Amino acid sequence: MSTTLTFAKALNTALADEMEADSTVVVFGEDVGPLGGVFRITDGLTARFGEERCFDTPLAESGIMGMAIGMAMNGLRPVVEMQFDAFAYPAFEQVVSHVAKMPNRTKGKVKLPMVIRIPYAGGIGGVEHHCDSSESYYAHTPGLTVVAPATVQDAYTMLREAIRHPDPVVFLEPKKLYWSKEDLELESLRESVGSFGRAVVAREGSDATLIAYGPSVSTALNAAAAAAEEGRSLEVIDVRSIVPFDDETVAASVRKTGRAVVIAEAPGFASVASEIVARVQERCFHSLAAPVLRVTGFDIPYPAPKLEQFYLPSVDRILDAVDDLQWEDA
Amino acid sequence: MQDPSRRPDLDQQATAESYMLPSAQPVQLVDPDGRHVHNDKYPLPDGEALLAAYRELVVGRRVNDQANALVRQGRMAVYPSSHGQEACQVAAAVCIDKQDWLFPTYRDTVAVLARGVDPIQALTLLRGDWHSGYDPYEHNVSIQATPLATQLLHAVGVAHAAKLKGENTVVVAMCGDGATSEGDFHEALNFAAVFHVPVVFFVQNNQYAISVPLHHQTVAPSLAHKAIGYGMPGERVDGNDLAALLSVLGKAVERARDGGGPALVEAHTYRMQSHTNADDATRYRKDDEVQQWVSKDPIQRMRTYLTDLNLLDEEVEKNIAEKAETVAAAMRDGLNAESEVDPEDLFRYVFTEKTSQLLEQAAKLRDELAREPA
Repeated sequence: MSTTLTFAKALNTALADEMEADSTVVVFGEDVGPLGGVFRITDGLTARFGEERCFDTPLAESGIMGMAIGMAMNGLRPVVEMQFDAFAYPAFEQVVSHVAKMPNRTKGKVKLPMVIRIPYAGGIGGVEHHCDSSESYYAHTPGLTVVAPATVQDAYTMLREAIRHPDPVVFLEPKKLYWSKEDLELESLRESVGSFGRAVVAREGSDATLIAYGPSVSTALNAAAAAAEEGRSLEVIDVRSIVPFDDETVAASVRKTGRAVVIAEAPGFASVASEIVARVQERCFHSLAAPVLRVTGFDIPYPAPKLEQFYLPSVDRILDAVDDLQWEDA
Repeated sequence: MQDPSRRPDLDQQATAESYMLPSAQPVQLVDPDGRHVHNDKYPLPDGEALLAAYRELVVGRRVNDQANALVRQGRMAVYPSSHGQEACQVAAAVCIDKQDWLFPTYRDTVAVLARGVDPIQALTLLRGDWHSGYDPYEHNVSIQATPLATQLLHAVGVAHAAKLKGENTVVVAMCGDGATSEGDFHEALNFAAVFHVPVVFFVQNNQYAISVPLHHQTVAPSLAHKAIGYGMPGERVDGNDLAALLSVLGKAVERARDGGGPALVEAHTYRMQSHTNADDATRYRKDDEVQQWVSKDPIQRMRTYLTDLNLLDEEVEKNIAEKAETVAAAMRDGLNAESEVDPEDLFRYVFTEKTSQLLEQAAKLRDELAREPA
């Protein structure tokens, strides 16, 4: 039986299903208790599982992260919510110095099976400190698994996989997708985990490859649809898992098309997009008909709501980049 | 699981005056001359318990001396000595039971060893072999934390998980005076109090954070006074008085175990040596000041006290010294032996399953090493 779910409800269902399946899963953070989180991702969990399983903490992100580390050390599977991308920065030292390093420094004796959920990126008219694309900080830190779902189905299956994962996972939730909807066959998805490290071809094409993740996938798909009307066939890759990164799927697509554009909301300098470009060029140099280009946010602080339309990668900007891929007929 | 909001023991009548304020002076039960000082609130531990702890005290001093020597011989990269603070080290380790947890810092090697961790395993960090050479679950001793105060939150998490699971576990979380200025110190005490978890925060106030004296860290009446702001009791104790430390920490641990919640204990002590061998303490403090603490040495006063009790004589001293020499010899042997490091270990533990990127990098390193002339 298929059910229509929003991205937010899919996450909520994933949390509930894992809490039901595993009594060591605990959810905590700011306002995640009776309120259900500012985006309602934890809605109903305290009522259903009790306040020892889903609870509010004092307003202190480092405290949340540090306590989660200790709880994971002592046999629980914490799923913590950082209320917004930029509100996670007070927890940065705990993430970089301990979450990412603890298993390595103890030669795997201490595992930290924990999930750090971060509502991230823009496109929702949020004011400053509410729209950062912070994935590069985490992806640059060895020891963190970093994923960003772009579909309602992935929201559900990837969060379940994140909770079952033996290592700490930074789970980036594109805020602008929270209200997007899909019909899901939930029953058939309950056991479909094991896809970290795998990118998917979200749309097949033959002329060029658009590589995107999280909030940029839908923009890339819209660009591919628009390009098709102009007779250009664009393939879209949904990266899904930033760390580990699926070099194979990405390189196979670019070898096939010979051209690529990487799309991400974060500022482009020293970014995940830059890393993807480098990896593609290292692997596909002889298949490339043009340099790999990027369409990213500008190298500026995330702009105010009235200005974000000029900042975010748009369909037009993506199509302009595609036009710049040194076509022989141009 | 227990309801974390349930606080049956919460004393509604409690006020800062009634139970949270520390004593007017640091609690002392045996003075620097080895004489018992009466205290209404804190009983003197019995002689046998003191003798057992004294044994660890002497071993701890020997461990510090030996480690310093091994640094000078180039066998260890660095050693932050706890010379002068050994009573704090021993008390932190022996005030808890087997199922309890200890969260030490980089200066707390003696506490780690007193808890039963193998010295060579414990010293892998400072030798430069691996970040933490012991299994934290073997003796319930967390890794020796280097970033300040961050481990206090891990301690709160371990205690909170234990409480949710219904385990009777108390956690002793150690830090120094400098760490009390960190944000994580505040967050850890606040979280511990709000979640009412069994953590005893044990601050060794050795007066200096590398070169910075305490009055640059805080103008609070004492570090123990900070507890009031979190709604937990604070106490201060003579950190060179093994008997007082055992009594004060023992009481805080017992209270935590009985569901009384967290507490803060500040030990007044002194870092007799430089921060590490890479530091030069003569640049920021005068020898007069250091000399004043020589007479307050934790070992000397306990020796006098136990001798007066007829628990310590030449023969017992000799046995203890022999035990200390055995530990020191094991440290020498272990650290003088060439250690083998495996470059493949660089990639082995970053993730449970190596990513394709790490597999690729490991293969490259393997090739590179295979090409190197023997």
